[in-house]
Amino acid sequence: MSDTPAQNVAFVRTSEIPPSPPPTRETGAIKWIRENLFSGWFNTILTLIALYLVISIVSGAAPWFYNGVWEADSIRECRDILAGKTGACFAVLVDRWDHLVFGFKYPQDAYWRPLVAFLLLLVAAAPALFGKIFPRKMLILTAIYPFLAYWLIWGGTLWLPVLVAGSIVATGLVFRLVEGMAVNMRQILAGVVGLLFGLGLAWLLFKGAAELVFIASNIGGSGLSVIPYAVFWAAGIFTYVCVIPMGIFVGYAIYQSAEDGGLVTIVTALFAIYIMLAYLLGPVSGAFNSIIPLELQAVPSRDMGGFMLCMILGTVCVTLSVPLGIVLALGRQSHMPLIKGVCVVFIEFVRGVPLITLLFVANVMLAYFLPPETSFDLILRVIIMITMFSSAYIAEVIRGGLAALPKGQYEAANSLGLNYVQATRLIILPQALKISIPGIVNVAVGLFKDTTLVSVISMFDIVGMIRGPIQQSTDWISIYWEVYGFAALLFFVVCYSISQYSQWLERQLQTDHR
Amino acid sequence: MTTLADRPVTASTGSFKLSMLLNDSRYRSLTFQFIALIAIIAFMAFVGGNLVRNLTAAGLNISYAFLGEPSGYDINQRLIDYDSQSSHGRAAVVGLLNTLLVAFLACITATIFGVVAGVLRLSNNWIVSKIMAVYVEIFRNVPVLIWILIIFSIMINVAPSPRDFRGDDATASMMFFDTIAVTNRGVYLPKPIWGDGSMIVVAVLLASIVGIFAYRRYSRKQLFDHGKMVPVLWPSIALFFVPVILVQLILGNPITLSYPELKGFNFRGGITILGSLIALWFALAIYTGAFIAENVRAGILAISKGQTEAAGALGLRPNQIMSLVVLPQALRVIIPPLISQYLNITKNSSLAIAVGYMDVTGTLGGITLLQTGRAIETILLLMLFYLTVSLLISFFMNIFNNRMKLQER
Repeated sequence: MSDTPAQNVAFVRTSEIPPSPPPTRETGAIKWIRENLFSGWFNTILTLIALYLVISIVSGAAPWFYNGVWEADSIRECRDILAGKTGACFAVLVDRWDHLVFGFKYPQDAYWRPLVAFLLLLVAAAPALFGKIFPRKMLILTAIYPFLAYWLIWGGTLWLPVLVAGSIVATGLVFRLVEGMAVNMRQILAGVVGLLFGLGLAWLLFKGAAELVFIASNIGGSGLSVIPYAVFWAAGIFTYVCVIPMGIFVGYAIYQSAEDGGLVTIVTALFAIYIMLAYLLGPVSGAFNSIIPLELQAVPSRDMGGFMLCMILGTVCVTLSVPLGIVLALGRQSHMPLIKGVCVVFIEFVRGVPLITLLFVANVMLAYFLPPETSFDLILRVIIMITMFSSAYIAEVIRGGLAALPKGQYEAANSLGLNYVQATRLIILPQALKISIPGIVNVAVGLFKDTTLVSVISMFDIVGMIRGPIQQSTDWISIYWEVYGFAALLFFVVCYSISQYSQWLERQLQTDHR
Repeated sequence: MTTLADRPVTASTGSFKLSMLLNDSRYRSLTFQFIALIAIIAFMAFVGGNLVRNLTAAGLNISYAFLGEPSGYDINQRLIDYDSQSSHGRAAVVGLLNTLLVAFLACITATIFGVVAGVLRLSNNWIVSKIMAVYVEIFRNVPVLIWILIIFSIMINVAPSPRDFRGDDATASMMFFDTIAVTNRGVYLPKPIWGDGSMIVVAVLLASIVGIFAYRRYSRKQLFDHGKMVPVLWPSIALFFVPVILVQLILGNPITLSYPELKGFNFRGGITILGSLIALWFALAIYTGAFIAENVRAGILAISKGQTEAAGALGLRPNQIMSLVVLPQALRVIIPPLISQYLNITKNSSLAIAVGYMDVTGTLGGITLLQTGRAIETILLLMLFYLTVSLLISFFMNIFNNRMKLQER
């Protein structure tokens, strides 16, 4: 058969048949729909239920948005305009916009200040967040930003934040200066600084011991048991014993360090910044201000409110809690039992209690633990507590990152002759932080959402504003969807963009080849 | 700082120099810890001294005697007997049980939401997976406090008031054959009344639960020893319901239900679940469910595709692949973050104070604190309670986790 000549066959194709298009049910949208929506009876039911859900939500919400009233003075007027139709009353957002964003006490003619601060935040955050796109020099903006933002939001004289920034720079200069000194010069300096520091420390310890004995002799009547009584006596006596040896030892240690300069450099820099902040700052900024007055109307902390308060608390606490979290995580990894113990107890305690109880501490309890005449304002106490709270969580995230590093990294760093600080700063932390970025961002998002809890201790953040001045006013009594929806939208926008950023960053930092 | 490399170790010569405390890594850690100890003591001295001074100035002392004094306030949602003559201590216990109640309910519901949403987000069905993605993103990115308040407001404003159930032209009616009433004050459910012989019914119920576990063991053994697939789901359901209903019928209905009835201005009889509890419960469940959904999704994605393909090659059906191959392995990845979500629910339940549900933060940390002014004692007790609950939950969950862990040789 195979050798049948072609001529004997009735018909032979000389050209190839063009491929016919696949059947319509196997192409394009129809195929996609068949495969993705109706691939079986179960899937079909799911699709129908989902479609019903979507349609009912959209058809319910669309008239509500579409009929929304944007101009009205009260909820009654709003209802009159709607005349029985379903519709939102967005007029509350227009009417109370200032309250929702800035709180009800922030001076109206100063609204531009937090707005400028917010825009500058975007500018200042950009080089830190998108390091590859912006030049490194723009990081100077990021460094300047906290001082500028403080001045813009709280007001007062510009000289104060400028001088604080100046003292920090000056401290850095002192550090460099001492580091670069000749050894014999540094020995003289170390002698003086060591003597001063030793004496100061001894004096502090002496005061502390006296305080402990004071506690021990007053604790009897307060119903506490014998154990703390004995503990405080013992601690007091121990401290009395330590006063002189500790002073001498630390002074001697500083003197000894003159050769390589590590300790004396740090201590001198600390001295410098302490003197500048404690004694020079107030008078000098006052003097400057009387010569060149650069002043904005001062706004006390308790006047902050609305979404602005959430933003302030969120930014400040995240910024502060990352370094604190790193320190706690390193402390938990430490081989020194005491330091490790302190960090473990702190982290586990903070993670075990709700943020609300910590805010209660800030609200009613913290005042008992501070000297009688100090009056911290509430916002600062809240910042301290939220920072403590989130730093414990960040510490756990970073501990995960540290644990994920192969042991070889630590050993390689040691074998190169790097000391602990160098190894941690140059080898360990960059890698560990890279691993922990998603976790840190999660904590940051959670923290930002948790700033709404301050409304429970009667601070007027956006939720506090809604529950208090807005819902309890006669004009907008018991309005809820519009205002809560607005608050939810604000939080959604911020939190969603942060989490998208973290995913982008993760892809950017991916250096392994998979 | 000097390292070992810079200075020769002098230990071999046996002489001890003071500088070794700073420069020798063997002694340096001791030095640092000693300094840390001094710092801790100094901190203690500062804080304690101020505390003693402030308390003396205010004429207060630390005393827990207030726990025995009558509280003088009422709690509308309670699991144990309590009235305004009961002590502050009992009020704290009522609140504590309320916290545990809402946390327990929310944990179960959140797990259900989370597993369903997590599995459906991976479904091939485009529209379903997109809806689940929207659910997860919306709920994860908005504070739980706002969700609690929104749901509470809906409960108050949308649900009918008891008045609407009245009369012939009632605008609202009870659901499920007049057994459940949903009002803006709360939900009223039928309450069981334990008649004679009801203990037998309960005993039968317990016995059938034990029976279900025994049956599951048996079916597992069949599967592992003989390779037989014994149906589990339907027999378990039958085992749960059939004996109890039979006994109930044979004994002549020892357990009866008392239905809520409209009397005066409100419903009487039955079990009341306050709107605040429902709002808190539902908000916590749906918020945490979004997080659990992500954990579940991550857990399932962590199982390599080869496992699914191998199971398919063995001839297992898709639902068998899920329940026998993927989920048991994914559970190991899912459980640790699930534990921390349960802890979060317990801690977030303290937001009850925002809707007036009387949990332990509302009683001990709220009204008791305001009435007695004993801020330090109440807040310490409050923290101690949450700390204990957190540690207990993580302890038991870790035991469970260890049992679930892969047994490696």
